[in-house]
Amino acid sequence: MSDNNPKDSASGEQQKQQDMSRRKFLKNSGLVAGGLVGGSLFGGLLTNSFDSKKEQKVEEHKDALIDVQEAMQFFTRHQDFLVLMAATEQIYPEDEHGPGAIKLGVPYYIDKQLAGRWGINGRDYRHGPYTAVLDESDQSAGPAGEQSILDRGDIFIHGLRKLDEESQKRFSTTFDKAEEDQQIQILQDFDDDKVKMNGLAASEFFALLIQSTLEGAYSDPLYGGNRNMEGWKMKEFPGAQTSYAGYIDQDEFIKLQPISLRDYQGH
Amino acid sequence: MVKKLPKVDAVIVGSGWAGGIAAAELTKAGHKVVILERGRDKKHEDFMGTKDELRYSKRYDLMQDLNKETITSRNSLDKKALPVRSNSKARLGNNTGGAGVHWNGMSFRWLPYDFEIYSKTVERYGEEKIPKESTMQDWGITYDELEPYYDKYEKTAGISGEENPIGPPRSDKYPNPPLKETPTIRLFKKATTDLGYHPYHMPSANLSQAYVNPDGEKLNGCVYCAFCEEYGCDFGAKADPIGTVLATARKTGNLELRNGSNVTRVSHDGKRATGLVYTDTMTGEEFEQPADIVVLAGFVFTNTKLLLVSKIGTPYNPKTGQGIIGKNFTGHFNNLSTYIGARGFFEDKKFNNFMGTGALGATIDDFSGDNEDHSDLKFLHGYEVHYGQLGTRPIANNQVPEGTPAWGKEFKKQSLKYANRNLFVTAQSGFLPNKDTYMDLDPTYKDSLGNPLLRVTVKYSEQDRERAKAGVARCAEIMKEMGADTMNVDVVEDDVEFDHKFYTDHFFGGAIMGESPKNSAVNTYSQMWEMENLFVVGGSSFPHNSNYNPTGTIGAFAYRAAEGMNKYLKQGGLLTQVELKENA
Repeated sequence: MSDNNPKDSASGEQQKQQDMSRRKFLKNSGLVAGGLVGGSLFGGLLTNSFDSKKEQKVEEHKDALIDVQEAMQFFTRHQDFLVLMAATEQIYPEDEHGPGAIKLGVPYYIDKQLAGRWGINGRDYRHGPYTAVLDESDQSAGPAGEQSILDRGDIFIHGLRKLDEESQKRFSTTFDKAEEDQQIQILQDFDDDKVKMNGLAASEFFALLIQSTLEGAYSDPLYGGNRNMEGWKMKEFPGAQTSYAGYIDQDEFIKLQPISLRDYQGH
Repeated sequence: MVKKLPKVDAVIVGSGWAGGIAAAELTKAGHKVVILERGRDKKHEDFMGTKDELRYSKRYDLMQDLNKETITSRNSLDKKALPVRSNSKARLGNNTGGAGVHWNGMSFRWLPYDFEIYSKTVERYGEEKIPKESTMQDWGITYDELEPYYDKYEKTAGISGEENPIGPPRSDKYPNPPLKETPTIRLFKKATTDLGYHPYHMPSANLSQAYVNPDGEKLNGCVYCAFCEEYGCDFGAKADPIGTVLATARKTGNLELRNGSNVTRVSHDGKRATGLVYTDTMTGEEFEQPADIVVLAGFVFTNTKLLLVSKIGTPYNPKTGQGIIGKNFTGHFNNLSTYIGARGFFEDKKFNNFMGTGALGATIDDFSGDNEDHSDLKFLHGYEVHYGQLGTRPIANNQVPEGTPAWGKEFKKQSLKYANRNLFVTAQSGFLPNKDTYMDLDPTYKDSLGNPLLRVTVKYSEQDRERAKAGVARCAEIMKEMGADTMNVDVVEDDVEFDHKFYTDHFFGGAIMGESPKNSAVNTYSQMWEMENLFVVGGSSFPHNSNYNPTGTIGAFAYRAAEGMNKYLKQGGLLTQVELKENA
């Protein structure tokens, strides 16, 4: 028995080696280059270039951490995940200010959330009768599919596949491969309820998609998004600071290095 | 099989401010008290290191778990009510300390006008000024009679405040000086002063300095970390029941706080309450806790549901206007009476929006209650206009000028640009009760124990819309004076209806107070007219909603109720009637 329980440090070291060899495997893998796994999926990690050896060491450690956390917990079809990446990137695109949804880790953030209590509406009242079609005069009873029998996981799978279906119908290609303006056109039609979905309104799925994209961009990095606190940096939000008592009455705008909960809680 | 437990002096539902204050005063007087709290045990230690917007503001970690119990909602009598399924529409308190843990800390006194609203309206404008659908009434008490209890609450909670230049008289100053003044508060104060109004710092339960309250409880000074509303305080610097009244009650050795105890009904013989029946949420077993006095100090929904399910008092019927339990539901509603106003965008200024604390900010009372002449206005009651620096967190705050898309390139660009270049001024308005806005039991939906959910019906009146429009216009006037380059001004539509959001936690009625059993469920000691050893304490006793946050007034009435409980345990009888005899 004891042989199967190496000391913690040994276990950590072993894990690290596994992570490194996985990285190596991905780097060498023709599957990645050929796009079967999906270039953009791992591209952000593989194309990092480093200025110095010291930085490289730090960055490799971070990448290793991200590597083990970035696998699908909820989604099972890779195509669903590709559509999720493309859609969230359109909602929160990379630009001159900094990374977009993909580089911030938003798709993995959403995958993790859907795999947990939020994805099955664990804190919500879940007893029937449910209502798929709301009273015309009272649409406010069910934003984001609240009155639907579908849970958030169902809504995401259903919605992402509908995005793909629309893209196939209009442009004869999957959503992730459609041109930018084509993707935007489809998303706008979801937003405007010009697309019909079964069980809830397309705009309700879209509201959920926007909400979770913003959550992934700006929640503490512990949840898998807001990678390296880049979301906070763009927004000049300094995270979990202990105190602003020394600054709050001052006129100048104060720029502070952001602090994550991992650093704040200090364990 | 309900297991009957040994009798105690008092049994209380809920461990928030109302239950905590009752427990502190009863135990200090030597009475044995049991609090039944359905939520988890919480200590200040649980709030350390919890600056996590996703967990607390988006996943509502501290709020009532709706999968076990919620309410249903409709916005007119002819509609079928639907359940409020998600916390994004109902932030209700839970666990030890209740909503008193996750509050912002705004701690106002209500106006003399509020407590005598009917007679003062008739006196100033004549009876015809009162709208037909209105069920507003005097509370059976005056501000002067309530004042000592306000003072007591403010000292317990260490309220930090600045004298309100046009406020009602006070017997003593605030126990602590106001919170700091920030550049944006200065901007608001200057603009409102220039417009001829009377700004002052909002009274705050986020303490401006370390403080020891009269019960010997120590509170810390606030460090403005900006995680207040929806969070427990990281530093013990926001007054909450855990660090004040519950701690005081525990020190006496006379309190037992039983977590995981979900009260389902009041046991009674028709004349007297005999105890509370509850389900142990760990085992599903049912217990009865007998007591000499029974105190309902849950949220409005809990208190009202328990009375209805236990068949105490006559349920209100909106068609006939008869009955009292469930009557006069009021509140601060998202799309009408709070969170609406004017948002200004500034091209050349940047503010430290991410710093702040729950009740940091300034307000004006020039339009509160009946402070302005309503002779030529299409509404009664008023609004307070405030700027608050709670601290903006990044998931929730993506403010962009009107016309900007809600997603995509332009959205990202503008939301980043204006994150620290926007300010919001909001009007919180009163809401007067009407005959169609009330609570009863839902005919369809059930809670996890099989009991009916409470159904809430909310109908806005023309008066409410007009009041909201006036408030928003005032916000725009002030924001313009503050120098915004562009503004988003909320629009109150002529046909706006209740949107089923129970988001403010400011809800009232169901077991309202008054001077006689003809128009009320409880007297001004929160004692049931029909069952004199039953006290129903908290916002449920308020006959209408003022334009201020309610906690200070809930605290004051809880102190008065607690005084009544101690008196009742000594001498019995209906307390207000005993008083009348004594004074005769």
